Amino acid sequence: MRTAAALFRHEVRLALRSGGEMAQGLTFFLLALSLFPLGVGPGPQVLERIGVGLIWVLALFAVTLTLERLYTADAQDGTLDLLATADISLELVAVAKAAAHWLTSGAILILFSPLVCLLLGLPAETYWAVPTVLLLGTPTLTLIGSIGAALLVNSRRGGLLLALIVLPLQIPVLIFGVSAIEGWVSGLGAAPQLMILGAMLLGALALAPIATAAALRLALE
Amino acid sequence: MIHWFANPLRFQRLADALYPYLLAVALLLFVVGLYGGLVLAPMDYQQGDAYRIIFAHVPAAWMALFVYLTIAIASVFSVVWRHPLADLYGRAAAPAGAVFCFLALVTGAIWGKPMWGTWWVWDARLTSMLILFFLYLGYIALHDAFDEPARGARAAAILALVGSVNLPIIKFSVDWWNTLHQPASVLRFDGPTIHGSMLWPLLTLAVAFTFYFYAVVILRMRAAITERRITSLRLQAAAGD
Repeated sequence: MRTAAALFRHEVRLALRSGGEMAQGLTFFLLALSLFPLGVGPGPQVLERIGVGLIWVLALFAVTLTLERLYTADAQDGTLDLLATADISLELVAVAKAAAHWLTSGAILILFSPLVCLLLGLPAETYWAVPTVLLLGTPTLTLIGSIGAALLVNSRRGGLLLALIVLPLQIPVLIFGVSAIEGWVSGLGAAPQLMILGAMLLGALALAPIATAAALRLALE
Repeated sequence: MIHWFANPLRFQRLADALYPYLLAVALLLFVVGLYGGLVLAPMDYQQGDAYRIIFAHVPAAWMALFVYLTIAIASVFSVVWRHPLADLYGRAAAPAGAVFCFLALVTGAIWGKPMWGTWWVWDARLTSMLILFFLYLGYIALHDAFDEPARGARAAAILALVGSVNLPIIKFSVDWWNTLHQPASVLRFDGPTIHGSMLWPLLTLAVAFTFYFYAVVILRMRAAITERRITSLRLQAAAGD
C-alpha cells in the first residue's frame, strides 16, 4: 500500500513537472470546444441544446487521448519491469496510475467545467450539475481507458487504435452522464442516473485493474 | 480434452472431415428455410411481403451476438490455458461476426424504411448493435497490431472478455428501454409470439446460418494454420542457406 502511495505521488509529480503534459488535455478540451461555436454557429439556442453533450463527448476524448502514453513510456524506459519486480501487485499499480492520471486530466476538466458552461450559455443549474456528474463519470473513463492503454504496450499502433478499442466501452458512461445532467437541470431529478454512474464506477474500479494487470503481464512476457 | 486439440495436425484432420458435412447441411437448410420463408409462409396482414426480410435479419442479428459470445468463451481458453486453437478461432470468427452484424444493420435499415419511414433511428437496439460492430472492428485491429501474432491474440482476448460486458446490454436493450425496435418475439419466457408457419423457417435459417458460420470458420482456421506452416518452412529454408 505504501508503494502504491509512493507510485501515485511519483506519477503526479512527473505530470506536474513535465508541465505541458497536464495542460495538453485541458488545452485540447478548450480548443475543441471553441471550434463548435465556429462550426455550428454561435446562436445561444443551438449551443444551449448541444452544450451538455458537447462537454461530455470532449471530456471523453480528452481523457482517452491523454491515456495513450500511460504505460508505453514506462515499458520503453524499463520502469514497468521494475514495477513488476517491486513488492506491489500489478493490479495496485493499475489503480495508482489510473488515480494519478485522473487527478491530472479528469479532475482538471472538472475544475474548468463551470467556466465552460458559462461560455456556452448553459443554464445556471449546470454550474453545479456538470462538475458533480463529471466527478462521478470521468474516473470510470480513465479506468476503462487504462485497459486499452495497457493492451497497446508493444503494439505498432497507438492513438487512433486506442480510441477504437476504448470508446465503444465508454459509451454507457456518456449516455447516463448526459441524461443525469439533463434530468438535474429539467428538475425531473437525476438520482437513478447518478446511481447507475456510481455503480459503473464501482464496477470499473473492481474489474478494470484486473484486466489492466493481465494486459501488463502480457506486455512483460 | 482441450489439450487433445492443441495439436494443429489433429485439428486439421478433424476439420477436413467435418467441413463438407457442415457445408452440405448449411446449404440444405438454406434451401428448405428459404422455401419455407419465401414461398410457404403466409403474407403478414400488416406488413405484406416486406416482413420476409426477417428471415435474413433475425438470424444475422442472433449470429452477431452468438459469434461474439463464442469469441469471449474462446478468449477464456486463450487467457487461462494459452490454447493455440483458441487464438486462431478468435481471429477466424471475428470478421464473420462483423459481417453478420453489418448484415443485421443493413437488412434492418432496408426493413425500417417502409415500416418506420426511416432508414435509421438512434434507438437502443440499433445503437447497441452498431457498438457491437465497432467492438468487432476494434478486436480485429488489436489482433493485427502486434509484430508477434501470439501477443496480438492474447491482447485481443483480454479485450473480448472486457467487451463481453456489453452482450447482455445489447440483448436486453429492447426490454429495458421502450424504444422503436420491437421487443423480443421468439426467445421469451411466455413462449414465442410469432406464428408457427413463420417460426419454423426462421429457426431453420438460424441453424443454417450457424452451420454456414462454422464451415467458414473451419476454412479460415485451416488457412491460418497452413499459412503459419508456410512461414515456418520459409524461415527454415532461409536458415538452411
